Amino acid sequence: METVKITIDNKIVEVPKGTTIYKAARQLDIDIPVLCYMDLPDLKIEHKPGGCRICSVEVEGRRNLAPSCSTEVFEGMVVTTHTMRVLNARKTVMELILSDHPKDCLVCAKSGNCDLQDMAIKLGIREIPNQDIAEMSTYRKDFSPSIIRDMDKCIMCRRCETMCNEFQTVGALSAVNRGFYSVVAPAFEMDLEDSPCTYCGQCVAVCPTGALTEVDHTNKLIEDLSNPEKTVIVQTAPAVRAALGEEFGMAPGTSVTGKMVSALRQLGFNYVFDTDFAADLTIMEEGTEFLDRISRHLKGDKDVKLPILTSCCPGWVNFFEQQFTDMLDIPSTARSPQQMFGAIAKTYFADKIEVKRENLVVVSIMPCLAKKYECQRDEFAVDGNPDVDYSISTRELANLIKRANMDLNNMQEEDFDKPLGESTGAGVIFGATGGVIEAATRTAYEIFTKKSLDKVDFKQLRGMEGIRQAEVDFDGTTIKIGIAHGLGNARKLLEDVRAGKSEFHAIEIMACPGGCVGGGGQPLHHGNLEIIKKRTEAIYREDANKPIRKSHENPYIIKLYEEFLGKPMSEKAHHLLHTHYSDKRKKIIYMK
Amino acid sequence: MSEYKIHALVCGGTGCRASESDKVIENLQTEIQKQGLSDFAQVIKTGCFGFCEKGPIVKLIPDNTFYTQVKPGDAREIVEEHIVKGRKVERLLYTAPDSDEKVSDSKSMNFYKKQIRIALRNCGIINPEDIGEYIARDGYEALGKVITSMTPEGAIKLIKDSGLRGRGGGGFPTGLKWELTRKVESDVKYVVCNADEGDPGAFMDRSILEGDPHTVLEAMAINGYCTGASHGLIYIRAEYPLAIERLKIAIKQAREFGFLGDNIFGTDFCFDVEMRYGAGAFVCGEETALIHSMEGNRGEPTLKPPFPSVEGYLKKPTNVNNVETYANIPVIINKGAEWFAAIGTEKSKGTKVFALAGKVNNVGLIEVPMGITLREVIFEIGGGIKEGKKFKAVQTGGPSGGCLVEKDLDTPIDYDNLIAAGSMMGSGGMIIMDEDDCMVDVAKYFLDFTVEESCGKCAPCRIGNKRLYELLDKITKGNGEQADIDRLINLGNVIKDTSLCGLGQSSPNPVLSTIRNFGHEYEAHIFDKKCPSGVCKALMIYEIVEENCVGCTACARACPVGAITGERKEVHKIDPTLCIKCGACEDRCKFNAVIVK
Amino acid sequence: MGKVKTLDDLRKLKDELKSKTSLRDKSEHPESMVQIKVAMATCCIASGSRETINYLADELEKRNIEAVVTQTGCMGYCYAEPTIEVTLPGKEPIIFGYVDEKKADEIIEKYIRNGELVEGIIPMNYKNIEDTTK
Repeated sequence: METVKITIDNKIVEVPKGTTIYKAARQLDIDIPVLCYMDLPDLKIEHKPGGCRICSVEVEGRRNLAPSCSTEVFEGMVVTTHTMRVLNARKTVMELILSDHPKDCLVCAKSGNCDLQDMAIKLGIREIPNQDIAEMSTYRKDFSPSIIRDMDKCIMCRRCETMCNEFQTVGALSAVNRGFYSVVAPAFEMDLEDSPCTYCGQCVAVCPTGALTEVDHTNKLIEDLSNPEKTVIVQTAPAVRAALGEEFGMAPGTSVTGKMVSALRQLGFNYVFDTDFAADLTIMEEGTEFLDRISRHLKGDKDVKLPILTSCCPGWVNFFEQQFTDMLDIPSTARSPQQMFGAIAKTYFADKIEVKRENLVVVSIMPCLAKKYECQRDEFAVDGNPDVDYSISTRELANLIKRANMDLNNMQEEDFDKPLGESTGAGVIFGATGGVIEAATRTAYEIFTKKSLDKVDFKQLRGMEGIRQAEVDFDGTTIKIGIAHGLGNARKLLEDVRAGKSEFHAIEIMACPGGCVGGGGQPLHHGNLEIIKKRTEAIYREDANKPIRKSHENPYIIKLYEEFLGKPMSEKAHHLLHTHYSDKRKKIIYMK
Repeated sequence: MSEYKIHALVCGGTGCRASESDKVIENLQTEIQKQGLSDFAQVIKTGCFGFCEKGPIVKLIPDNTFYTQVKPGDAREIVEEHIVKGRKVERLLYTAPDSDEKVSDSKSMNFYKKQIRIALRNCGIINPEDIGEYIARDGYEALGKVITSMTPEGAIKLIKDSGLRGRGGGGFPTGLKWELTRKVESDVKYVVCNADEGDPGAFMDRSILEGDPHTVLEAMAINGYCTGASHGLIYIRAEYPLAIERLKIAIKQAREFGFLGDNIFGTDFCFDVEMRYGAGAFVCGEETALIHSMEGNRGEPTLKPPFPSVEGYLKKPTNVNNVETYANIPVIINKGAEWFAAIGTEKSKGTKVFALAGKVNNVGLIEVPMGITLREVIFEIGGGIKEGKKFKAVQTGGPSGGCLVEKDLDTPIDYDNLIAAGSMMGSGGMIIMDEDDCMVDVAKYFLDFTVEESCGKCAPCRIGNKRLYELLDKITKGNGEQADIDRLINLGNVIKDTSLCGLGQSSPNPVLSTIRNFGHEYEAHIFDKKCPSGVCKALMIYEIVEENCVGCTACARACPVGAITGERKEVHKIDPTLCIKCGACEDRCKFNAVIVK
Repeated sequence: MGKVKTLDDLRKLKDELKSKTSLRDKSEHPESMVQIKVAMATCCIASGSRETINYLADELEKRNIEAVVTQTGCMGYCYAEPTIEVTLPGKEPIIFGYVDEKKADEIIEKYIRNGELVEGIIPMNYKNIEDTTK
């Protein structure tokens, strides 16, 4: 590889041609401050718009300062990162950015977790000149079921745009208006709710300030927990336990299942259950549906729709309901684990504990912001009473635990309650990309071949590649499986399906990078995707340690069918555990 | 065939059309017909003459009679007197501002004397909607010559040797730009014409497109041949409907004649042009922003490199030149590099078109050789300052430029001298200011423009220009503090140092150059709370001179806010806390009793 | 209109079209060519000056002589109409009277081509023709 030698702050470094000053400096442990920049190599995204200009450095012989994040080095380049000219420029630009940013840090949702705040501290900003005469660009607050946009706090780093447009290919956000009044917004400045937004929350996950935040239900939860009339039960998604510890200073990849259960119990939930239980239930329904389709296909039924697409990711469901409305009959009709849990909790379980539906509050802890929307969908309510009352994110839970003067580090390990807290390893791996399809494969294989698996790990289905494919031998029948995480990757697979070019029998899709572990409701990774990989490892570790690793062997699932549902895809199962999709294209304005 | 003995050239540019030049043409034609002279005289709608101060213009050929401010009703007299009887219509002739004499022959007008028209050679002379007239004046000869007898390298060398530099503002050597695009290997390349003229007051590109659209098409085809592109795109602002119309006609005609399309001049060179419409954002004059806009993305710049010559439109090598640059190309090919290089200064060859505006007698479009002095432009071509007032400053380079003053008047104008003097060439705007202009207010005016036109992508430009404007506004309102000047200078320098594109890198120039040249005016605003030029309203105090006031009450009745009190036949008084400085009292007073301090 | 296939085609086309704008080209530098002014007041037109100006312009073009033919008001020599003023490059203007087509032909061939004086010159009792039009 061709390399060039450059000097940065009097130190010489040799780097490959095409390297940026910023990256070259990192090799010398020179940490040039960056604000709008975001590097996500695993997602093949390097966001370097050169917008904030905080990373400016001085290059010998150059007329003006160079943005180090996006300026490539050249042979013999001499760079200084801390001349008075640079420091003054950096400070002045930072003062400018702050002059157009609200100063309500005390009550901001991002306070303490804000890149802008950190930068102000790092650059030693103590006052903002002429703030008294400085106009602030203001914009209406936009509330959607999942995400709140407070664009007064937007610093135009445009990271959200990159996630929404390049990675997710959703195209809900882009810069509108010009100059001082530029702002990131949906087209025609419509509300997010009317835009193609899928509520995946990846914009929130990368927002450096409080401009994009989740709808916060913690106060509502406190109210319900303190209401003696209500029985409040909670379900926790698999990815939550792999990330919650980070908020309490634990190393990424620390699994905190038992501590989390004990914290939830101390918070006052009447029952602490596991979404993993519902994940096992999902496998029963979705796996059966898959086997049904594949058997018909193998028998030569030309009408059968293949590949089958997983349907547990609500961001993904929102995506295809808007962008692939011609293919609504392809995804599995199985509801997501969150919703299966709610449906069972408010029927089977409510009957068991003899609590009226309206007095039972089902709360979910999710790594996800789209779940907040999903549980509000009309089809998941009975007489206006939702199966899942509301969903709070991993971040909100961490906040609540802290507010209750608890430190997760010091919690005892406890077990989930029965019956809806018992799960298998198959349920746990729902939290990582490839996990749902691996769980389905474990069950489908045994039912299809009527043989027992010697090895339940399907390593070919795991990994961080955006699009993966694998073949699984079902005792002579080759099953072709596709996996995508990130909606941009999903779009590619979907377009092949639409064009009739897809050879897959089943495709698993997750909207977020790495699957739910990288969800929009997780602790912020601040651009470090190694964290997501560590969470994934935690998930698979937990699976490996489970005594039962196949959904259909979960005794409480077996019991649920015996006592209540009959068999998978029965009429009752269909009513409670399946759904339908519809064209959800919103206010799309067709331009002439 | 019998030829017309008289050609009546009537300006059909945007400005003159706005003052009914279409109707003038119609009436002239009717009158000529009435006189039975339809074979003798013809009326031709041309592009802009540049002398927009006095439009609509009608010029009679061959004796170069130059009629100004012609109204539709004047057509009859022009035909009956001049065309029939050979008698000039005195009252419509141009009056020289210095001598007050009528000038009949445009060749003896100071406005035209020092001009050398290369880019504007056909403007005001040919009918832009008739390709025949363009061909008659050597049109498409250069294209034919290049593609049938020259190699791309040879033609590029010719352009390089001519010393032509980009006329859009950057001043990058045109031949070198072509060579860079040529050298990149790619199956598809693009040639783009930047017709997104955005400087306030500048309209040379519009005039060329309206008056001589074929020259741009010819040059783009030459550019395509040289760089290896077969697709041409013209990015033009949608606010230029007439230029768009003329271009459409020209493209159609050029295709019919085979100057665009497949196998041009029987060779295997194929080239065609399509138009893209911009919404008129100033920043889209920046080439990367322009390309993003053409791609359907938000019109905002990205960092160079990669330069468009490597990665441009649809990620393909793209050569972007501006309209005026293109207009020079066919002439350079036809007359040779040496001919062109003989005009101008050592490092800036040829001519430059300027749009004269502001407090100068002859407002309009001029084309002058590089190296001409500002004094010649303002006082000879421009006819000096209006109403005999004193020259104060000239802003070159539009909102990105700086102001130049008396001491700079004898500097030969070229790219490098203007930069050395603290301003720039830009696209050729030239705004002249006199003693009545307040330089703080002028800086504020330009900042207002850049604040409006910033795309909002980078923080220093998006927020910094706004803050500069606010500081200037504070000073003009009389609230300035000592520290504000230093803040302006620091902020201005940081914005220049850190902005992403040329817009922000130059937007503080008006502020910095006015502080440099007119620091005392800033100080007067800040320390004395006075606007020396009497422009800044907030700093004016209206007072009544007791000796002169007769108590007629006229001022009190004129005051819209009731700030003036006083009994009949007694001295009146203005309450400064109520006064809104509208000046109505001053206008109304017949006794010079109201004064402004 | 067919497509232009070669540079020669273009040049031929240009020659055909040249006359469209040649008057304008000439007016850009009249001092370098023969300038003829034809008096065109009412009385002149009555005595045939329109025919004279047409004849002069067409013939000069045909005979490939670079000339600008303009019209002007009454020169004051009404007895000798049609009258014309001819200025050869670098020379003083000369006025001819009674210029009908035959006379015009003679002026072209003798005076304009060869500088030979022909009959019919009106003595110069004025400074500049423009003065007489004022």
